[in-house]
Amino acid sequence: MNWLLVAVGGMAGAPLRYLTDRAVQSRHDSGFPWGTFTVNVAGCLVLGLLTGATLAGAAGSELRLLLGTGLCGALTTYSTFSYETLRLAETGSRLPAALNVLASVAAGLAAVFAGVTLADALWA
Amino acid sequence: MAQGWRFQAPVVAVVALGGAAGATARYAAALWWPARSGAFPWTTFWVNVAGCAAMGVLMVAVTEVWDVHRLVRPFLGTGVLGGFTTFSTYAVDLRGLLADGHPGTGLAYLAATPLAALAAVWLASWAARRTLKRRGSPR
Repeated sequence: MNWLLVAVGGMAGAPLRYLTDRAVQSRHDSGFPWGTFTVNVAGCLVLGLLTGATLAGAAGSELRLLLGTGLCGALTTYSTFSYETLRLAETGSRLPAALNVLASVAAGLAAVFAGVTLADALWA
Repeated sequence: MAQGWRFQAPVVAVVALGGAAGATARYAAALWWPARSGAFPWTTFWVNVAGCAAMGVLMVAVTEVWDVHRLVRPFLGTGVLGGFTTFSTYAVDLRGLLADGHPGTGLAYLAATPLAALAAVWLASWAARRTLKRRGSPR
């Protein structure tokens, strides 16, 4: 059952990342990977909320496997993030490459803290 | 959408299948090497680094060496490797270390993951270019 929850979450998270990336990337022409940035920060916010809900006793282990390990894990990505950063650096956009790393880590961490704080206010 | 749904539907389907496989493999790794509370999250670290190395090889293989079916890259890259690696667990574990009084481990994890991930994708694509391009038929 646990495996199924993770697989179903992953089955939803990965296409959600793909479709969000396409939608975001079609709305600008800067070459900056805003699509991956968006899904990573959004996934961090949701996983922060889930972590806060767990700490408050409002979310059980099955919900964590489905939405955390499965959905948020597959919605967010390190491999595409790294590859897109490398592409930026290889094509001469060194500053945007460095900014992508710094901004993604800072925004992802901030989103987690925001999610945990929000969950604390909602359920604690 | 620039292309029709009929063209997109198989892509979304293989991304979903790949995502399920990647997420399941990451869950297996987490069960195999369970993380200890307050310790450096080695399992997620290596999952992300390995996924980045595989992505480096894959992208060179499908964009520079071989002509592959149009569903190969979305299945393996966006689906399997995208679902296997995770940014959200990295950030949540990082918050846990910082919030629970392990700032040293937290800062080490904060810096080590992006540095190792970038080194992995760069070295893997460099190695793939050297080996695959010599053997594979050039376009």
